Amino acid sequence: MSDKPKLAMYWASSCGGCEISVLNIGDKILIVDSVFDLAFFPCIADFKVADVRGYPDGYIDVCLFNGAIRNSENEEMAHLLRQKSKVLVAYGSCAYEGCIPALSNLTTAEATFKAVYHDNPSIDNPDGVRPQLVSQVPEGELTLPKFYNTVKSLDQVVPVDYYLPGCPPEPPQIWAVLEAVVAALTEGAELPPAGSVVGIGTVAVCDECPLEKNVKTIERFYRPYEITPEPGICLLEQGLVCMGPATVSGCGALCPQVAMGCRGCYGPLPGVDDQGAKMLSAIASVVAVGEPGEEEAELERKIAEAMETLVDPAGTFYRFSMAHSLLRRTKANGGSVQQTSS
Amino acid sequence: MSEQFEPVIVGFLCNWCSYRAADLAGTARIKYAPNMRPIRVMCTARIEPQFVLKALREGADGVLIAGCHPGECHYVEGNIKALRRHTLLKQMLRQFGVEEERVQIVWASASEGRMLAEAVDRMTEQVRALGPLRWKQTVLSGNGSVELAAAGHQEEVTLPEAEEV
Repeated sequence: MSDKPKLAMYWASSCGGCEISVLNIGDKILIVDSVFDLAFFPCIADFKVADVRGYPDGYIDVCLFNGAIRNSENEEMAHLLRQKSKVLVAYGSCAYEGCIPALSNLTTAEATFKAVYHDNPSIDNPDGVRPQLVSQVPEGELTLPKFYNTVKSLDQVVPVDYYLPGCPPEPPQIWAVLEAVVAALTEGAELPPAGSVVGIGTVAVCDECPLEKNVKTIERFYRPYEITPEPGICLLEQGLVCMGPATVSGCGALCPQVAMGCRGCYGPLPGVDDQGAKMLSAIASVVAVGEPGEEEAELERKIAEAMETLVDPAGTFYRFSMAHSLLRRTKANGGSVQQTSS
Repeated sequence: MSEQFEPVIVGFLCNWCSYRAADLAGTARIKYAPNMRPIRVMCTARIEPQFVLKALREGADGVLIAGCHPGECHYVEGNIKALRRHTLLKQMLRQFGVEEERVQIVWASASEGRMLAEAVDRMTEQVRALGPLRWKQTVLSGNGSVELAAAGHQEEVTLPEAEEV
């Protein structure tokens, strides 16, 4: 290999969209190719874990790690790549704050196994077969990674240098970050301080959203299939949940512009501990049910009725940030799954 | 001596009504459960859901929010905003497996010291019956814990008080 800086990209518990997003930077990928040598990138090139183990510590200059930590293999790879990388980037929402995989923190590992291997209508599993940690086959012993009860973000298992949010990150933001890294490696430019969230704006998504806002309040929420929103008007003011007020900008408010409320994938604004709680807070100012003069029981009933139209508040507010939320998982603690016997 | 579980209840009391109700309960020497740790806020609308979640995560067994009666808010409708938040928060906490009795909202005007005292007594008994929450030790232990995970690979801990919800 040449003496060019080494780039790695690895997927843990993820969908693969992050890999595709890197290619989304278009012809700039040629610049990435000319600056870096690939050291590990299972999606597009044939590397083995053993190759990575063989590298000296810190051999990889930049590792883009996407995906959450769902099982023991994800965690092992996180430790390995941390050890072999100078700069470890939590790339995309899963590695940054759990994303969709971490929504299963609202249930237990046991319940997940039950749904996937037994109760799903499309499952035909009369013998109740489940993946086992260790199984004996004629050829010898086979092992599988351990499935965790709680999904974690990357920084909950190893120290992370930078976070690049988004599901997936937007091409201009990816390029801005890669460009900064390239400049640091080729011209000695300075990198942002470790621990920074990079590739984001400084305001809320609402600030860069062009939809017209009239500070209008609502009486109830609608699910996307229930109404056709009026074009050009703020979706939240039409009763469609939009995470814009609690989400940091950087994406260009792409979703609300096509009448799909912001899902919150860029994560909280700087200084916020809990994106979901912030959104919950904002909702109180949008729902206008209940007047100061009303009788107390009637007031409570009316507000409860309005709020119940918001189906699945935890899944809506923490769609991307469950692993980084304050409570992080449901109390229903199923413990470990029966995954050990052969 | 019997080892009775003493719940820790964090109380957010509004400056204009409920904190004064607590003051009145004190000066009137009304006896009530010492389990609530009062925190004065200017209005119940100041109580961000983050405060409640943080209290639960950091070791509180319950959170009591107390403010002026609806219609009597010093800031006109701050308490109604608080009620809207509380209603939605309650729905959300159900999904996190947190029992409804652990986070309550009550109205107590400055003259209702006895009412506040009774609310604290009632809630203390309800939370005592539910048992300790200990979010960090139980829910976030095992592979859910940042603190443990930082030390390396952790085997899952089978919890003595695993609860089904």
